[in-house]
Amino acid sequence: MIIFENVEYVYPNGFKALNRINLEVNSGEVVALMGENGAGKTTLLKHLNGLLKPTSGRVLIDGVDTRHSTVASLSRKVGIVFQNAEDMFFSPTIQEEIAFALNNFHFPGDVIRKRVDWALKFMELEEYREKSPFLLSGGEKKRLALAIILAWSPDIVALDEPTVGQDILQKEKMIQIIRQANQQGKTIIISSHDVEFIAELKPRIILMSKGRIVRDGPSEEVLTDISILQECRLLPPQIVSLTSKLDFLGLKPKLARPEEVANEIARRVRHLVNYS
Amino acid sequence: MREVNLEINEGEFVVLAGRSGCGKSTLLRCFNGLIPHFYDGEMIGKVEVCGLDTRQHPPYILSQYAGMVFQNPDNQLFALTVEADVAFALENLSFPRDEIKERVDQALKIMGIEELRDKSTLELSGGQKQKVAIASILAMHPKILLLDEPTSSLDPFSAKQLIDTIISLNQKHRITILIAEHRLEMLLPYASRIIIIDNGRIVLDGNPREILEKYDVIPYGVSVPRIVKVVMHLKKTLNNSLIPWTPLSVEEFVDIIRRWEEK
Repeated sequence: MIIFENVEYVYPNGFKALNRINLEVNSGEVVALMGENGAGKTTLLKHLNGLLKPTSGRVLIDGVDTRHSTVASLSRKVGIVFQNAEDMFFSPTIQEEIAFALNNFHFPGDVIRKRVDWALKFMELEEYREKSPFLLSGGEKKRLALAIILAWSPDIVALDEPTVGQDILQKEKMIQIIRQANQQGKTIIISSHDVEFIAELKPRIILMSKGRIVRDGPSEEVLTDISILQECRLLPPQIVSLTSKLDFLGLKPKLARPEEVANEIARRVRHLVNYS
Repeated sequence: MREVNLEINEGEFVVLAGRSGCGKSTLLRCFNGLIPHFYDGEMIGKVEVCGLDTRQHPPYILSQYAGMVFQNPDNQLFALTVEADVAFALENLSFPRDEIKERVDQALKIMGIEELRDKSTLELSGGQKQKVAIASILAMHPKILLLDEPTSSLDPFSAKQLIDTIISLNQKHRITILIAEHRLEMLLPYASRIIIIDNGRIVLDGNPREILEKYDVIPYGVSVPRIVKVVMHLKKTLNNSLIPWTPLSVEEFVDIIRRWEEK
């Protein structure tokens, strides 16, 4: 379980990036932090494994206060995949890159081999195992960064803007991976301003603006509240924007699959046509 | 790139689409001479931009015709102030001082960032940085603007603003646009043409409405706007005559429905 109690964080230059954050995330939840660039999403993520410690307030990860723990020991529980995957790489080959953290955590040799094989397979990177991580494409680098983290199986997996620069097929793959990891019991925390991606994943959404949490609720509620999205400089998903503009047909803003919306429009239109 | 044959006319608004790694960036780099002059590798065939053979002319000449905006503006900006950044290329090409000033003023004005003139580029938001990057290219008076996923690191609001500016550069200033981008829902209503690339080949090329009506583009990694999915499904369930053409934006679609309602 993750608990933020009255957390404030002020960067050395005086910028207050987090302002009285109170938050509870239960084990096994999928949570998305949404908000404009600079809202505080990444700063919040960096508090999960102690990379940043609160200026005031406290962060508890399964009861452990991050101020009294090290990044190394918190990382066993919390894995963060950063936005720029390349920042995580330094090994000559992809398999060594995945094995690095496992070695550091003193896993036995046969376990390391098994975990590396599993992670390469899960992320569809087997054919590149002897290659340099830097030779991968953007999408593959993202998958490798995730493979590195999943290999040591932390309970909490945080993903910072996982869809930036990804095409639609890679995004679909990312959704599958997140769902699978979640089914294995992992808590997933994603920072993202990709509304269509989040609309597809339908997690609990925490909306942030200027270092504060301004809304916390299920996707169906948060993503259909157009005015609060605009306040946070987000645009509603296209389906929500469509249904909100069809109020004259009796539709309400909602998050639904394109086929469902099409069926509903068809019903209302048939009704109209029959009358005329 | 494999067997690419392509002709783009002045004033077109071309969207390049396809999965990551399909060759969109490679194609863009052929237009300002980065390929073959800067990148290693072999180029077979011939590319002509505004009548200039890219093999015979160096990038500093070609970039006066076709300017490139990259994904990450931090890789493109380096001067101490916005003004200095926008003036840099012109200074390098030894333009007269008065003309530099005039062109810088004009580029800042077109991009709507005159108030940023004296700011450090380090103080700017991602969206502002991309606008400065575009202004520094506009100062060269290019005929063609090449954009390689310019909104990928921007939040949706900033992305929409940037795309609106790009649209007006095409519509008001008649600048030819070639843009590789995943946010198709914002671009397609304004694009005159979509070119879909797969594995280095051009697999589809045409008017966005027609392409999306006729072909399943999802296997090429192209994200079909949700609105188009709604329309396609609706066309299957309702009489086709109710939707005579395929709307590409929510506004276009709502317009059609309003007209039924009025009838």
